[in-house]
Amino acid sequence: MTTLIDAPPSDADAILPSKKKAAGGGLGQYILVRFLLIFPTILILVTLVFFLMRITGDPITAAMGGRLPPEQLQERIHAAGYDRPIFVQYFEYLGQLITGNFGTTLSDNRQVSEMLTTYGAATLELSINALIVALLVGIPLGMVAAHRRDHLPDAVLRILAILFYATPVFFAGMLLKLVFSVWLGWLPVAGRAGTRTELSLTALQAPTGIYWLDALRSGNMSAFSDVMSHAVLPALALGLLTAGIFLRLVRTNVIGTLGKDYVEAGRSRGVSEFRLVTKHAYKPALIPIITVMGLQIAVMLGGAVLTETTFEWKGLGFQLANYLTARDFVAVQGIVVLLAVIVAVTNFIVDIVAALIDPRVRY
Amino acid sequence: MTAETTLEPVANPRASFLRRLPVVSHFNKSVGLQRFMLVVGLVLTGVFLLTALTAPLLAPYGFAQLSDADGSFPTQQAPGGKHLLGTTVGGYDVLSRVIWGTQTALLVIIVAVILSIFAGVILGLVSGYIGGWLDRILVVVADAIYAFPSLLVAIVMAIVISGGQSSLLGGILAAAISITVVFIPQYFRVIRAETIRLKAEPFVESAKVVGASNIRIMTRHIYRNATRTLPLIFTLNASESILTLAGLGFLGFGIEPSSAAEWGFDLNKALADTTSGIWWTGLFPGLAIVWTVLGLTLVGESINDLNDPRLRGRKRINRKAAAVAVPAASAGSGTETELSNP
Repeated sequence: MTTLIDAPPSDADAILPSKKKAAGGGLGQYILVRFLLIFPTILILVTLVFFLMRITGDPITAAMGGRLPPEQLQERIHAAGYDRPIFVQYFEYLGQLITGNFGTTLSDNRQVSEMLTTYGAATLELSINALIVALLVGIPLGMVAAHRRDHLPDAVLRILAILFYATPVFFAGMLLKLVFSVWLGWLPVAGRAGTRTELSLTALQAPTGIYWLDALRSGNMSAFSDVMSHAVLPALALGLLTAGIFLRLVRTNVIGTLGKDYVEAGRSRGVSEFRLVTKHAYKPALIPIITVMGLQIAVMLGGAVLTETTFEWKGLGFQLANYLTARDFVAVQGIVVLLAVIVAVTNFIVDIVAALIDPRVRY
Repeated sequence: MTAETTLEPVANPRASFLRRLPVVSHFNKSVGLQRFMLVVGLVLTGVFLLTALTAPLLAPYGFAQLSDADGSFPTQQAPGGKHLLGTTVGGYDVLSRVIWGTQTALLVIIVAVILSIFAGVILGLVSGYIGGWLDRILVVVADAIYAFPSLLVAIVMAIVISGGQSSLLGGILAAAISITVVFIPQYFRVIRAETIRLKAEPFVESAKVVGASNIRIMTRHIYRNATRTLPLIFTLNASESILTLAGLGFLGFGIEPSSAAEWGFDLNKALADTTSGIWWTGLFPGLAIVWTVLGLTLVGESINDLNDPRLRGRKRINRKAAAVAVPAASAGSGTETELSNP
């Protein structure tokens, strides 16, 4: 038995994804390889989603089945080309994707690509807001927990982090709404902005779709404060979920680096504890933090779907839920594919940033 | 190390791999706050399990019951009186639905975790052991799924399995399979990595020399050693599967209220109530989710921390490390071996 238990792997390594290493070469080659790896990832996801969605049948039957007489249904299926062999449809779909044509939604007859850009901005805004909350809350608290390890602050913060994780984002959102909007009446209940603000913002020249940016550009301060007051609760709900994960991550990694010899050497030179934690121990701990943050983008997008539904935040997630209810699988497929692209690109960026920070990553 | 001695663990009773044993050994390892968290987690989980098993006795009404001998239930009634936690907009008793919801949650966890362990372990073993093209394709596919938002994977699977509509069994199965697909890559990764490491160990080579078939090596020699970390992933995934189920339910992919009680679905229905200040329809199912996930996560986290020498309580490290220098007693229990980590 003894030889079997010589070198158990660390659990952290087993659970965190192992990054594939590009062989040889410098930074340029590393970036190139990482970049090329985006495409198979997206292709696999698109292929999986396409075939999975088609196992159950064609989108038109799913959306209209039972509401149209069979002959009419057949006619529409034929007109849309869904009665052709599945592989023909698949390659046609791929060809259309490359040119940016995602098809037309069945329930409200819009260009999917147009729908994606309209609502994508709202989701982007929510994600940025939430990420800011998560970073502001998670990283400092994680450092505090690491520094006061095994003492009361650490205990409280760790339980808090698990509580953040254990609370579904829609339940957190519902509680926040109940307390701050309904009972205290401080903040609006739902939506991205008041009706008047929304009208004034959409009337802008070349709007970015990110409301606070648009409001700032137009110099309309009342619109800006209106947008911000709408943004607080969704950002908190989604941000705190992620903050819990960041807190744990920063804590674990800073504890790891705090035990290193050079930190001890710094301490003996008289470097202040504050500086030791925030500079000496924190910087080397950044690599795993950044890598996991990249993975968190995916979690965050999943959370955004639920947050948007809770707060009627008209972004991709809100639309996704609507299209799901309407069984409009063309639109669903479009949203899923877009999110797949976002996740793949984010992972690429995360890899590059990690390589720039630490040369050891790229070998 | 001869083939004979490596076969030893096979002779051990299967019970050594049951979840109970690792938890007990972790409890003995823990100190202070860690022990506190583990105990709280075990208590929360225990209450959840007990509620699920005794739901028919505990719940005052059925999950789909809309009336009793005195006539139909009032809708959106505040907590108190006959309905301890109030009634929903549809006239269901909130308390009963919260209690019956434990059964749905437990069923989904069990089905999802068993399915994903089966699929993940088999794929991981085969992929790691055989290698080559099969391995590469499986790794790329698993990575792609792993990187993707798990809720979206679950949604896609829910569409595939049930077209979004669900009966009781169909709904539970659809939710469980959707969650399974999300988890398979995680088990796959862990088992594959272990398999590849173990493949190079002398005892596998010895087994080959003795003439053991590939299947025997995979199922006896490698499987036994590669599955040690599973209790940890199991607890973490159990809590995640509750969240995924609730997320699916919240988006309307839940199980119909007439066929089973599901917390996420109830929260979806309660969303509109919140605006008018009706808090009890959403608060209690939500708290039930938090309770369950918190319990499972605390257990999983504690096991994780106790397995990681960097995170384990500092006081006991030296003593324990010394104890493991004589590992003879721990031959059967997989988790004990974690301690020999330098």
